[in-house]
Amino acid sequence: MLTEGEIVPCHEGTKNSQVKIALKDETLKSLFRYSTEGERYYISKLSGKITEDCGVNLIRAAVLFLSLKILRRNTMEQLKKTPLFDSYGEYGGKVIDFAGWALPVQFEGIIQEHEAVRNAAGLFDVSHMGEVDVIGKDAFEFVQNLVANDVSVLADNQVLYTPMCYDDGGTVDDLLVYRFGGEQYYLVINAGNIDKDFEWMQKNKGSLDVNLKNVSSEVSQLAIQGPKAQMVLQKLTETDLDNIKFFYCDRNVMVSGVKCMVSRTGYTGEDGFEIYTDNKGVVKLWEDILKAGKEDGLKPIGLGARDTLRFEACLPLYGNELSKDVSPLEAGIGFFVKLGKDHFIGKEALVKQKAEGLKRKTVGFEMKERSIPRHGYEVFAGEEKIGVVTTGYSAPTVKKNIGLALIDAKYGELGTQINIKIRNKMVPAEIISKKFYTKNYSK
Amino acid sequence: MKILEGLFYSSDHEWVKMEGEKAYVGITDFAQSSLGDIVFIELPEVDTELSKDDVFGTIESVKAASDLNIPVSGKVVEVNEELVDNPAAVNEDPYGNWMVAIELSDKVELEGLMNTKQYEELCSKEA
Repeated sequence: MLTEGEIVPCHEGTKNSQVKIALKDETLKSLFRYSTEGERYYISKLSGKITEDCGVNLIRAAVLFLSLKILRRNTMEQLKKTPLFDSYGEYGGKVIDFAGWALPVQFEGIIQEHEAVRNAAGLFDVSHMGEVDVIGKDAFEFVQNLVANDVSVLADNQVLYTPMCYDDGGTVDDLLVYRFGGEQYYLVINAGNIDKDFEWMQKNKGSLDVNLKNVSSEVSQLAIQGPKAQMVLQKLTETDLDNIKFFYCDRNVMVSGVKCMVSRTGYTGEDGFEIYTDNKGVVKLWEDILKAGKEDGLKPIGLGARDTLRFEACLPLYGNELSKDVSPLEAGIGFFVKLGKDHFIGKEALVKQKAEGLKRKTVGFEMKERSIPRHGYEVFAGEEKIGVVTTGYSAPTVKKNIGLALIDAKYGELGTQINIKIRNKMVPAEIISKKFYTKNYSK
Repeated sequence: MKILEGLFYSSDHEWVKMEGEKAYVGITDFAQSSLGDIVFIELPEVDTELSKDDVFGTIESVKAASDLNIPVSGKVVEVNEELVDNPAAVNEDPYGNWMVAIELSDKVELEGLMNTKQYEELCSKEA
């Protein structure tokens, strides 16, 4: 049973397709075209072939259409904003809804921004990310049990990347774990999962002597990435950035007079830093860094390029390569799962999954014809559906139409010929190495 | 946002230019700006018969794929193959890069399209 106003798309994944909209009397009318930007559908206008008995229904539909349009505008106002929201417009930022946040999908253009990060440097507002303080006598034990990677390798001010799993091996989130001390850890989690992750952490505290604090709304974060990132950032700080090694942090760095924690981490496959500060100082930081880097080619970067950059570097995105239904082993990040650890949530399930041999795996593929693969497109071997594209793009640096797909493991060998279903047409592709791009991390 | 005189416009942000009996069709500055960097264009074959509002091709930006809808009925008589190799040309010059030329089957349909002023109003409403 459909509710009034419910939208039933006719084609997945295409903008401006004809849709059917349910009217009060439950008839479906093919009236509206819709567009997608980010994850939001919005109705742009009345169009299409109108059936004869429309009459009164047409008027109802028009009223519904107008109210849906107003609904969208209101929702934009209800979105969460970082302290930098008012700065986006100055640089031509196009704002969209990302996981309930009003964030720029692009400034100058996705391809230009992508190339700026690869060739010079880019500055990202990533203040929407979540942060959790973990403090107490049992802080280490808590984190070691919570995540799949081995936290015991961390020295003070060292960072690691890890998935966090459910009992069945599915993924709760992927995150960074910073060790500030034996009794103090700092977890950096995805914006879309903040509430879910924090609830999960609280639930799994047990009787451990540890205090968890969700400080996400108090922390702002910028990322500066690219071969010139260090050079630009160095102009604004006395701290010798050479001393901050790859996956290490310094908790007391003054950048342009603003106190920050700086780590040599990032999500682009390039050298760079992530800069954490409070909400007061981040606007000045953003402006000063952009000014300092302008002559070096530093640009502000939106979410669009953030996704193409991490995809080319084969870094997973929760919601695409990882989810509650996909284990880190299936997603291809088994390197960050230490099954030799005494215990962590999901260990038994993952040990079993590995012992039985993975039924599904994540592979890279390249299109053999001009078409572009995208998230959600189905993957076939001959006529048989074997999986789905998790992320796909016309990759700006590598200049190939490539993707990642989660498929039946028995088709996972390099060179296997597969088909991607693109708008009802089977388009040939071939499984290739996931190493699309050689990362340029600092040694 | 550039809007040219002497063209017809559709509510889908396509423009139509009459040259003799042929209708040349492309997308407007508003459309290319909303799409962002265009990375792929798929166009129909010559002789394809189309009815008004039929999907005649696909245009893809980095983030999304969109259908192209024909604003007028008729037969495809010319296709701009250059756009297949260089889709970004549409971002650079949306009015100078037509996509298809149609031999109209019903000239009356042109009266259902917008003129410059009406299209300007549509753009300010949708901005």
